[in-house]
Amino acid sequence: MSVWLTGAVVVLTLVAAVVLVVALVRDEPAQDRTFALLAVTEVVLVVQLVVGCVLLAGTERDVDGVLFVSYLVGVTLALPVGVFWSLAERTRAGTAVLLVAVLTVVALQLRLEVIWSGRA
Amino acid sequence: MRDASLSSGPGRVLVFVYGVFAVAATGRSLVQLGTEADRAPVAYTLSLVAAVIYLVATTCLLRGGVRAWRVAVVACTVELVGVLAVGTLSYVDTALFPDRTVWSHFGQGYAFLPLVLPFLGLAWLRATRPTAG
Repeated sequence: MSVWLTGAVVVLTLVAAVVLVVALVRDEPAQDRTFALLAVTEVVLVVQLVVGCVLLAGTERDVDGVLFVSYLVGVTLALPVGVFWSLAERTRAGTAVLLVAVLTVVALQLRLEVIWSGRA
Repeated sequence: MRDASLSSGPGRVLVFVYGVFAVAATGRSLVQLGTEADRAPVAYTLSLVAAVIYLVATTCLLRGGVRAWRVAVVACTVELVGVLAVGTLSYVDTALFPDRTVWSHFGQGYAFLPLVLPFLGLAWLRATRPTAG
């Protein structure tokens, strides 16, 4: 997998996680810039989906293709669903949902790396 | 009757976490059963059971109402018994669980969240106990 893409996703999501924890502690709803940050992350995730599929097609590694692609698709869904679900309630609960969505992306990135390395 | 209280406030966070686990467990068990069912039939079947429990819990929290509340209590209780039983079994009888599942080793592969979730679920259901009946 592209180290640059995974790195970008992890950095973006960790920054978002910190911003969301601060919002949670201050009991403020998530700001527009936070949503913009999540949107940028989502764009990178979609790029990762495309690049991941291309790399999978050309690799000699022993990667479980079905598993790999299902994780790539799954990781692109976490943020949109989380944002949608959080917008109905712009309180601490909504912010917490965003935080869970962001952490889900981080966890899935780690799994993706393991699957790509063929150790899954 | 639609009662939004089960899926608002802390319930909203719970629904999302349960939803993530429902998708994760369903996907995992289907892939496992579809590609290598012979390797660990017991473990993979239990994975599917876990997936169904998560789906039921998510649906009940989303629907709300007295009946959904009752079903959710049953689902969370089964989930708690399941994660404790499978968690213990996976340490005692390693031959039965050659591959990781959602509940084996008390959900170690999922940051032990599968062990924490049923407690959170039951605590939330306790807090939202329907007053009538």
